[in-house]
Amino acid sequence: MSLSAQIVIQRGPLHVDVSFEVQQGEVLAILGPNGAGKSTLLRILAGLTRPQSGRIVLDGQLLDDPTAGVRVPPHRRPIGMVFQDHLLFPHLSTVDNVAFGLRARGQSREAARRVAAEWVARMNLSDHGSAKPRSLSGGQAQRIALARALAGKPRLLLLDEPLSALDARTKLDVRADLRHHLADYAGATVLVTHDPIDAMALADRLVVVERGRVVQVGTPVEVSRRPRTDYVARLVGLSLLSGTADGRSVVLDSGAAVQVAEARTGPVFVAIRPTAVGLYRSRPDGSPRNVWPATVAGVTPYGETLRVDLHGKVPLTADVSPEAAAELDLVLGAGVWASVKASEAAAYPA
Amino acid sequence: MSFYRSLAVSAAVGLVLAGCDGDEPAGTGAGSNEAAAGATAEERTLSGTLTVFAAASLTDVFTELGAQFEAENPDLTVTFNFAASSTLAAQITQAAPADVFASASATTMQTVVDAGLNAEEPAVFVQNTLQIAVPAGNPAGVTGLTDFTNADLTIALCAEEVPCGAAAIKVFEAAGLTPQPDTLEADVRAALTKVELGEVDAALVYKTDVLAAGDVVEGIEFPESAEAVNDYPITALTEAPNADAAAAWVEFVQSEDGLAALEAAGFQLPDA
Amino acid sequence: MPSPSGVSAPVSVKQRQPQPDGATGIPAVLMIPAVLAVGFLVLPLTALLIRAPWSSLGSLLSTPEVRDALRLSVVSASLATLISLIVGVPLAWVLARSQIRGRGVLRALVTVPLVLPPVVGGVALLLALGRRGVLGAPLYDATGVSFPFTTTAVVLAETFVAMPFLIISVEGALRAADRRYEDAAATLGASRATTFRRVTLPLVAPGVAAGAVLCWARALGEFGATITFAGNFPGTTRTMTLQVYLALETDPDAAIALSLVLLAVSIFTLALLRDRWLMRT
Repeated sequence: MSLSAQIVIQRGPLHVDVSFEVQQGEVLAILGPNGAGKSTLLRILAGLTRPQSGRIVLDGQLLDDPTAGVRVPPHRRPIGMVFQDHLLFPHLSTVDNVAFGLRARGQSREAARRVAAEWVARMNLSDHGSAKPRSLSGGQAQRIALARALAGKPRLLLLDEPLSALDARTKLDVRADLRHHLADYAGATVLVTHDPIDAMALADRLVVVERGRVVQVGTPVEVSRRPRTDYVARLVGLSLLSGTADGRSVVLDSGAAVQVAEARTGPVFVAIRPTAVGLYRSRPDGSPRNVWPATVAGVTPYGETLRVDLHGKVPLTADVSPEAAAELDLVLGAGVWASVKASEAAAYPA
Repeated sequence: MSFYRSLAVSAAVGLVLAGCDGDEPAGTGAGSNEAAAGATAEERTLSGTLTVFAAASLTDVFTELGAQFEAENPDLTVTFNFAASSTLAAQITQAAPADVFASASATTMQTVVDAGLNAEEPAVFVQNTLQIAVPAGNPAGVTGLTDFTNADLTIALCAEEVPCGAAAIKVFEAAGLTPQPDTLEADVRAALTKVELGEVDAALVYKTDVLAAGDVVEGIEFPESAEAVNDYPITALTEAPNADAAAAWVEFVQSEDGLAALEAAGFQLPDA
Repeated sequence: MPSPSGVSAPVSVKQRQPQPDGATGIPAVLMIPAVLAVGFLVLPLTALLIRAPWSSLGSLLSTPEVRDALRLSVVSASLATLISLIVGVPLAWVLARSQIRGRGVLRALVTVPLVLPPVVGGVALLLALGRRGVLGAPLYDATGVSFPFTTTAVVLAETFVAMPFLIISVEGALRAADRRYEDAAATLGASRATTFRRVTLPLVAPGVAAGAVLCWARALGEFGATITFAGNFPGTTRTMTLQVYLALETDPDAAIALSLVLLAVSIFTLALLRDRWLMRT
């Protein structure tokens, strides 16, 4: 095991109490809404903030244990950190920024600059080696920030919303780069983000934190297929229903019944993709067994389709084409019928 | 010295003129001050504000006399502007609203005379002489002017640009000595402060300053002080907003009571 | 339609600023007091220039006394600034960053020299460091060293009066600086001392420079504390300001000439520093 963390801290009204482990070479993403305490967790791992209690062990070295009075200061921790808005030192050149950590950790100026120049080359930014950070684009700056964090060969890499300050186009490029560099990196990585796409694309495993608690842990595939909270479901674009299963029929808390693909027993979640929901002006005849009346609560553009929020005994989200939406006259408050094939309704134990 | 003598003469003339200029009782009934004041009040009531510009060394004694003058003239308020004589002269020539100017130096008075702002010939009403000031107990054992040539002692003199410094140069010339000062203070008060705080072993300051400093400073007389007698001329001003009160103040300062108070403060009366 | 590049720009400017004062872009409510302020600050200076004895300027200024005073002024003001930098910047850091108790009181104490009449400051220095001072007496008894009437005293007096300007300026810069850069440095293995030297200080360099310039200017113009604590002796403690003060007693023309020199030297130095130091960052 590489990193083992148990962290308790009070941040204003928010009580954070989470535990997680990260293996060598593994990328763990801490995913959660803004204000969930994610960045605080990262600052604690870095030693920039003191936890109230808990225990942080990296490769057998105890970094934090308030009850035992142990606290390794940030500059003595074998870590590297990338911040949301890169925080490159504005008075130093690109190469000197990357060399900073090596110099601080005792290397000679020449050696540090040589290694730093290699890192800058690896980021394909050799042309900007003597440039000041303010002349770099956002994507370039974030690449240099990554190089700066990695140059010191840290055993723990901390990424704090590394892509969220970038525009959509740059984000794609930097994300791909980041993925590539993380694959080469041997240590443990903790990535904090509120963007599920970043988390899915970069992480081996996700820890979802809401209101200071871990609400779900799993691989990106597990989490995206089987969300366990509304927040995660919304993030991954699924409708989440909860109820009690008896065989292939699930009775929701609202009393409505949903036919599902697999037989289950007891409390379950049911996840339904928006594209699997069909909408009709009048009750459809024929095959679908899951048909419910609903009212339109919201219509928002979503890519090339429209995403329709439905209220009713079975709250759902449906994606429809603009033509279909016009045909159905989907205005706010309009009454429609929604249908879902039982094979499209995935049930899993709650 | 002829300049000073002529000033003294003119002071005497000024006194006579003031006597004639004023009313008969003031001239004849000088025996009793109450009588004189009463007579003045009967004939010419002084009122309003009297503004006196006076050398800083006159602060204590003029403040005291001012209170007395106000008591004798209930309708009159006396205000003072105490500062370095040169500063006051500059203010007066720049048309400051002053009634009376009492200077600690004949040369600064001359700048006012040159500007034609004196209402009468300035009169030398008192003189001040230098004394050696040492901290209480005289820790360095200073006995006379010769100690000022000892480079091991810490010595303060006034800068030659200010009156007490010019006077110091005169006494050292007269004594044939070359002093070894550590500092040339910008005014006599500053020199005295250094003695009071024991920062210097000796300084040359005015006798009045030594007296005003009280117990923390001791004064040592020396014969050469007679070579640098500092005259204090006083005059009412042409632009005086309160000309009557100005004339009365000049007179009052040179009355028996006024001169007694000045003598008590360490000033000596002009020998004219 | 004429060429768009030639016409559209002025039109759009007019559209945005239809008021008559649009030419300068300064609203009248700011313009009038600003002009008054400039007038108030520049007028005395102009008067000084108008009344300056230009024809005799050369002879007034070529005396060795004046050269000594000028040299002393520049050297002592620079030393005072150097001392202020060495001890004042760390103090500013303590005021801006540390969590020590009584920081508010400490800050108030630091600013005392700003409100204290300089002459009183000089007396206070005498009481502390004079031959019979609280600290000065034991020092004098033990070593025979005494500060008053030495060039050291000039530097000390100027430091006392001028250092608060530096401290306040640097503290403000430190408060305004983004502390996350220091976090970033810590995660890169930099100790607090290294972080201060290699990150914090360069980040607040403009503030430090501005503070140093203020400090130097204040030290150069110092009079009251210097004459009280250090005395006044040519070559040792008589700075230009003391020279000016004494000249006023006897020769106002010379005083004006000397003031002009002081003014010229300070303006020249400040302009030089500004170009070399402030603009680079």
